[in-house]
Amino acid sequence: MTDAQTSAQARPTPHVKDNAIIRFENITKRFGKMVAVDNVTLNIQEGEFFALLGPSGCGKTTLLRMLAGFETPTEGRVLIDGKDVAALPPNKRPVNMVFQSYAVFPHMKVADNVGYGLKMDGVDGGEIKRRVEEALELVKLDGLGARMPDQLSGGQRQRVALARALVKRPRVLLLDEPLSALDAKLRDQMRSELTSLQEKVGITFIMVTHDQDEALAIATRCAVMHRGVLTQVATPADLYEFPNSRFVADFVGSVNMFEGVLEKDEQNEAQVRCKELSAPVYLDHGVTGARGSTVWVALRPEKIEMHKRAEGSTPMKMEDAPAGANVVPGIIRDIVYLGSETNFEVELEGGRRVKTFRSNLTRYDQEDFTWDEPVWLAWHACSPAVLLS
Amino acid sequence: MADEALTSMPKVGRPRREKRDKPGPLDYMRRWPLQLMVGATLVFLYLPLITLMVFSFNTSRRNVVWQGFTTDWYVKAFNNDSLLQAFLNSLTIAFFCTIFSVILGVLAAVMLWRFRFPGKTAVEGSMALPIVVPEICLGVAMLVFFARVMPWPMGMPWPLNLGAIIIAHISFAFPFVATVVRARLSSFNRELEEAAKDLGASEWRTFWDVLVPHMQPGLIAGALLAFTLSLDDFVITFFTAGPDTITFPVKVYSMLRFSVTPEVNAASTVLIVVTVILTAIGLQVQNNLSKEKKA
Repeated sequence: MTDAQTSAQARPTPHVKDNAIIRFENITKRFGKMVAVDNVTLNIQEGEFFALLGPSGCGKTTLLRMLAGFETPTEGRVLIDGKDVAALPPNKRPVNMVFQSYAVFPHMKVADNVGYGLKMDGVDGGEIKRRVEEALELVKLDGLGARMPDQLSGGQRQRVALARALVKRPRVLLLDEPLSALDAKLRDQMRSELTSLQEKVGITFIMVTHDQDEALAIATRCAVMHRGVLTQVATPADLYEFPNSRFVADFVGSVNMFEGVLEKDEQNEAQVRCKELSAPVYLDHGVTGARGSTVWVALRPEKIEMHKRAEGSTPMKMEDAPAGANVVPGIIRDIVYLGSETNFEVELEGGRRVKTFRSNLTRYDQEDFTWDEPVWLAWHACSPAVLLS
Repeated sequence: MADEALTSMPKVGRPRREKRDKPGPLDYMRRWPLQLMVGATLVFLYLPLITLMVFSFNTSRRNVVWQGFTTDWYVKAFNNDSLLQAFLNSLTIAFFCTIFSVILGVLAAVMLWRFRFPGKTAVEGSMALPIVVPEICLGVAMLVFFARVMPWPMGMPWPLNLGAIIIAHISFAFPFVATVVRARLSSFNRELEEAAKDLGASEWRTFWDVLVPHMQPGLIAGALLAFTLSLDDFVITFFTAGPDTITFPVKVYSMLRFSVTPEVNAASTVLIVVTVILTAIGLQVQNNLSKEKKA
């Protein structure tokens, strides 16, 4: 339990061997005075479905475009398969891209769109025809080769873009916000199709997205970027459960963040006192921070339990924490019913509001929490993540 | 208003329509003010043209009284060698002017759309100049230019003797092409270009395979514009034409100075018909191309 809290980098990432197909070495990109990408070093392994995740303007798209050859790094090297690609224009690189707008050529038939890259490579006609049919089958568009793009739906156009890039058998497939233009239902469907497609073709996929749900759902590994800097590179689960900074904790998923002071830091227990929480936060592991230093406690809403509180009753006790720790009183101020779960906003004594989610496990809630009801909020000693930055 | 629109929606089956129900809130075409405007516009636009055409079949020498139907004036016009020569000159000039204007216009439009360079605003401004400068000034400028700065050699064989006029026409026609094409380019999705390159196309292939198809409606519109601008230009041509390089509008003008005969009407009618046919062909081509895409 000791190092459960420690940063995700220290934990071994089980499935990743160093077999990097792509290496960014100290990449910096400046547009005039603006630094878009700031000294990024990143290895992407063969066969990964890698996601570059970050808010808009964080430099993730610039990084992707440097890989495709549409931007050149101001400093540093990009290596694909161990070769520096600085001198290679986009049309000579072993990567292909699916654009955000799909960029399907509107004046060409679907089959001509898909076969365009092969035609540029000088592949002969019969071979093109065969491979185009194969690619269309792969993305489940068989039989639509004679259609024009404006006769297709948005989802179908995206499949055309996918087939067009995959038919060239690239070493790496780049996807720029692949699902952002689809409606919610279709997005869910394409998510699982993208993963199964990647498993089928075995090509390394790199996706850029600002949607953390999308990244967590699809990717095998994610890199979170913020203001041009790589903040954390980890598997989706590590990113969510072991964020290494306030930015990552806040950006990935929903979180309650409290500023506090580290009071105790032993090998297998630690305690943080937060001004906004009436009880101390007790942890069953050490956090490797200096005593008395300022830290931040990140508590995911679904990891907070809610219990009924009678006026004047003594605080309940969490079994894995000393009496009085990890339990705070509050009053329900807001309830949002979402079907599968219900979100509550609970006001603490100091006025701070805390989010908590409860799964709707039965068709009607036995406890029937309601507005302005006094409650206890409690959490286990292993639930909070303590962040040093 | 909104309630009325809602309740007047068809309920079940086909709504029962009265013979002349009241015009809806947006049925402007069914109210008299707009009908009047449209009617007046059509009258003032087309009545003069129709009059011109009708009187080209008039037996009288004068264009005021209708005496009887004849096609003599057409025969006469077609036997008028200098008129025919002028007509041929005009078509030749318009043809070359169109080709060069489209090439130059496209290059200018792509340059202004694509690149950022010092003095871009100045270039853009100077491009618009031939459009805004009064034609008479351009005409005089051309006259001075070809008289003093770059005299066009005399006595060149046809059609080289038309060179000065062709150059003059290109200089005022290509900015129109550039403007039309530039407008079209602004709707171009840059990712299409990147996609083509990403798939292995060179700069040149990308231009032909992606950019040109996108510009196509602009190219056709620009070409039509250049052709008709050149065909009916009078002022600039008047200043640059020599004695053996008369164009059709200049010829008509010189005929008018003696008398307004129905022969001029006949010749003008032919020009109108030619222009209309060419425009129709151009639009038809454009339609077919876009239909082909859909099919």
